[in-house]
Amino acid sequence: MSLLEFHCHMTYPSGFRLDAAFVMNQAVTAICGPSGSGKTSILSIIAGLRRPEKGKVQLGKRLLEDGTTGVHLAAEARRIGYVFQDHLLFPHLSVAGNLLYGWKRRPAGATAIDYRRVGEVLELRDMLDRYPHTLSGGQRQRVALGRALLSAPELLLLDEPLVSLDAALKDRVLDYVEQVLKEWSIPTLYVTHDMRDVKRLAQQVVFLERGQVVEVGGGNDQFSLKSNF
Amino acid sequence: MIEGFVPIMFSLSGQDWQAVELSLRVSVLAVLLSLPFGLSLGWVLARKHFWGKSLVETLINMPLVLPPVVTGYVLLIMLGKKGWIGGWLFQAFGMEVALTWRAAVLAVAVMGFPLLVRAVRLAFQAIDSRLFQAARSLGAGPLDAFFTVSLPLARNGVIAGIMLAFARGMGEFGATLMFAGNQPQTRTLAIQVYDLQSMPGEAYEQRMWGLVLVSVLLAFAALAVSEYMERKGQRRETA
Repeated sequence: MSLLEFHCHMTYPSGFRLDAAFVMNQAVTAICGPSGSGKTSILSIIAGLRRPEKGKVQLGKRLLEDGTTGVHLAAEARRIGYVFQDHLLFPHLSVAGNLLYGWKRRPAGATAIDYRRVGEVLELRDMLDRYPHTLSGGQRQRVALGRALLSAPELLLLDEPLVSLDAALKDRVLDYVEQVLKEWSIPTLYVTHDMRDVKRLAQQVVFLERGQVVEVGGGNDQFSLKSNF
Repeated sequence: MIEGFVPIMFSLSGQDWQAVELSLRVSVLAVLLSLPFGLSLGWVLARKHFWGKSLVETLINMPLVLPPVVTGYVLLIMLGKKGWIGGWLFQAFGMEVALTWRAAVLAVAVMGFPLLVRAVRLAFQAIDSRLFQAARSLGAGPLDAFFTVSLPLARNGVIAGIMLAFARGMGEFGATLMFAGNQPQTRTLAIQVYDLQSMPGEAYEQRMWGLVLVSVLLAFAALAVSEYMERKGQRRETA
């Protein structure tokens, strides 16, 4: 069984049309494409933050979205950890408050991820009492990653989490991401426009152009794609 | 000049202090009454786009531009014993609104409502709406996300709005006079000032000045808190 099935249509007021379909069958799948190709829209639809006009999203056996039957599972019930491009940490909560926000709301019966272990892996233990505005860009993204992880998600969505970081910092944060994926093995959709990230993390790649999936690659053939990306 | 303040304050009679107390009570109750509506409406206006939004905003702001006596008259028509809502309230529950202290609370609530909604709307507009979405993606339902993320972030703006509506309530005159009347149980600070200035004699004049001083102090304190909270909110936004 595939990890995630996605097939949705959506037209934006600007005239941009998303009409994308793909099946995620590898633990870490990258979504690549030029700016404005619909990468973030796909993540928003999967997370339940946007409702498509038509289509279907299925996570494992759970139907999250189905235009035909009118199914639209609320964002809070989807169990999807979303790491936003600009972290979106809650500015009125400390690092600990941010980390525990999703952890306290994880569904009954969900396997709890060890709070202390996340703190260790992401090296957050020395900054638990600090507030987001006192953290560097890299630290904020680590907290955002820890926060999403602690909500015990069935799928992680990482939306270009490294885009605002400089090259040196990017490599360090990428180490953390890699370690998280290795330690907790949560299926992950990773949006990026950097082929080095793809090579390092992903086992499957979905290429997007102008709102459409132009190619899906996997394993060794992922870098011989015809996309001009 | 400061030496003159104390005797002026002592010149206030029990009736005058009663008017001050009534105004404080009416303003607090009016703010408490309008707060849930002000919060929800402010949030909806800041976050949602819907048909007729401009009309809703215009209606909310009407008390700001209408003569207060007209607002009071409209309330009297609607909530008087023979009004559509007032008639129903009287028949169903035996409750009278017009010309009672409840009318004073409602008049003050309606007059301060536009100020409250405006401050709340601006406070919510200043928050990145995606923080609400982030909370939803972390398992918080809409109400949970509102109370744990949106409202705490808008807190300073909301407090500023509350203080502004409260200060407006302390000074309310026209709508209250029209809807609640000028009787001992509805005689607020502003109405008492009006009554005293129409009485002949120095003693009355001194009492009036005493009340003017009290109202200036209360209004100044409320506006200072409102201004401070608004600035604090802006500072946090830019931090």
